[in-house]
Amino acid sequence: MTKDDCKKLVIDIISDIAPDEDLTAIKPEIKLRDQLQLDSMDFLDIVMELRKRHGIEVPETDYGQLASLESCAEYLTPKFAQKS
Amino acid sequence: MKDSHYDVVIIGAGMSGLAAGIRLAHFGKKVCILERHNAPGGLNSFYSFAGRKYDVGLHAMTNYVPPGVKGTPLGKLLRQLRIERDEFALCPQKQSRIAFRDCGLKFTNDFAVLDAEVAAKFPPQAAGWRQLVETVRTYDDVSLDAKPLSAREVVGRHITDPLLADMIFCPVMYYGSAQERDMEFGQFVIMFKALFLEGFARPLDGVRVILRVLLEKFRAAGGERRMQCGVARIIEEQGRAARVVLDDGTELTASHVISSIGFAETLKLCEPPHAAEAEANTGALSFIETISVFRRQPADWGWGDDTIIFFNDSDRFDYSRAKEQADIRSGVICLPNNFAYGQGQLPEGIFRVTCLANYDLWAHLPEEQYQADKKHWFDAAVRSARRFLPPVDDAVLAQAQLATDMFTPRTIKKFTGHFNGAIYGAPRKIRNGRTHLPNLYLCGTDQGFLGIVGAMLSGISMANYHVLQGSARS
Repeated sequence: MTKDDCKKLVIDIISDIAPDEDLTAIKPEIKLRDQLQLDSMDFLDIVMELRKRHGIEVPETDYGQLASLESCAEYLTPKFAQKS
Repeated sequence: MKDSHYDVVIIGAGMSGLAAGIRLAHFGKKVCILERHNAPGGLNSFYSFAGRKYDVGLHAMTNYVPPGVKGTPLGKLLRQLRIERDEFALCPQKQSRIAFRDCGLKFTNDFAVLDAEVAAKFPPQAAGWRQLVETVRTYDDVSLDAKPLSAREVVGRHITDPLLADMIFCPVMYYGSAQERDMEFGQFVIMFKALFLEGFARPLDGVRVILRVLLEKFRAAGGERRMQCGVARIIEEQGRAARVVLDDGTELTASHVISSIGFAETLKLCEPPHAAEAEANTGALSFIETISVFRRQPADWGWGDDTIIFFNDSDRFDYSRAKEQADIRSGVICLPNNFAYGQGQLPEGIFRVTCLANYDLWAHLPEEQYQADKKHWFDAAVRSARRFLPPVDDAVLAQAQLATDMFTPRTIKKFTGHFNGAIYGAPRKIRNGRTHLPNLYLCGTDQGFLGIVGAMLSGISMANYHVLQGSARS
């Protein structure tokens, strides 16, 4: 899996959690929170959906790694690679 | 004998229990909702009688915001339950009023209307009013461990005219306060936002639309639901809620138990019992509600503008347990026809009046007396409420009337199980949902997020906080 594939999976999750957000123009380097209205409940859901859909575990201490799309890809791509 | 083990058992298929169930089932928990009655909804349900459909509970769904407004409870709940906004088919109110003997305040889903009304009718209070609104806007009302504050005290710091204070408290208390005369400030903030900063809406077909959406989500997520299946006992073993015994003697085991049936009501099921704690936090406020069905639309009589009217004619608004069977000095009128339904409209005119009542004075009446008293208070409540609407001849109304129905504190007790028919449950809310047992939690009315949107958020929050976050960490 490439980092771009990984970003796409994260966007798929966000679009299901927050269908009322426009995700077409997300800037990967900028914090998701600064571009979208996502609260802590939504971030918990990203973690939970990663586990449900892809079997990926994100421990609470690593939640900060999910701040931007770029940091998500950086953090999650090796986890996907380990799994396959 | 163990018949079955669940990750989570939820007691009660009301708004909060269903919402908790959807969250848990969506994330793969094996979950079962147990409901004593044959209809879901709890406090907010519906029934058919003589070929007509009635709603109970719901006058209007509070917390309504138009599409595109984010970060409010309605938006959070839709996201958390993966519900599309259109599924609830919400139609906004037209306008509502707070109608006191010598003063009225109009409000709509646009807060500027109420803001201007207060400034025009209470000029010396305008600055204090703005401060109060600012305090409400910035208060963290969803904190699970906030220190309790008296709302009367906080409001009194900003609003010095008792008439204006009473007029603000009247709708806020009627739509959610379990406490007499005062309420916890966090609860006040939740209701103030829900009613005034957000607003009212309703699906044309009423509360059943919302319940159908919840039931379908729960089913689709793989949740199990057992109806006519009450819980008789929760048995403690080694300091945990170990077993749940049903009315028919069946036993279930669960890793977590979430109860939506109320604080005292839940403690009373526990073995060994915790009677003193339950006793010390049991609600006393109950209501009567009349429903009149007419062959004509309310608009025919000039009653077509107001969706909800909160009325009071006593010198000071007295939100406390009625001294007689009902206290008709104040109350709430609901005209469900007066939402902006677009092309649609309810086929018949509906007029509902809600007043404070006294459970003890209704509870033990012989049937004949009960029926006679219902008739007496039906007429009295309707007469009292009509003073706040344009006058219509008695004969005209009587001629147009197709049916009536009424609930009393006794009906509330029967269908919700709440002690004392206390519609809003315990006066002291348990915000973090914890009980004396580490795997037994409360959600719904006694957790303290109010209104039906609040109830659903309560179920969501408690499922997240006690079950899902814990498992996300493990």
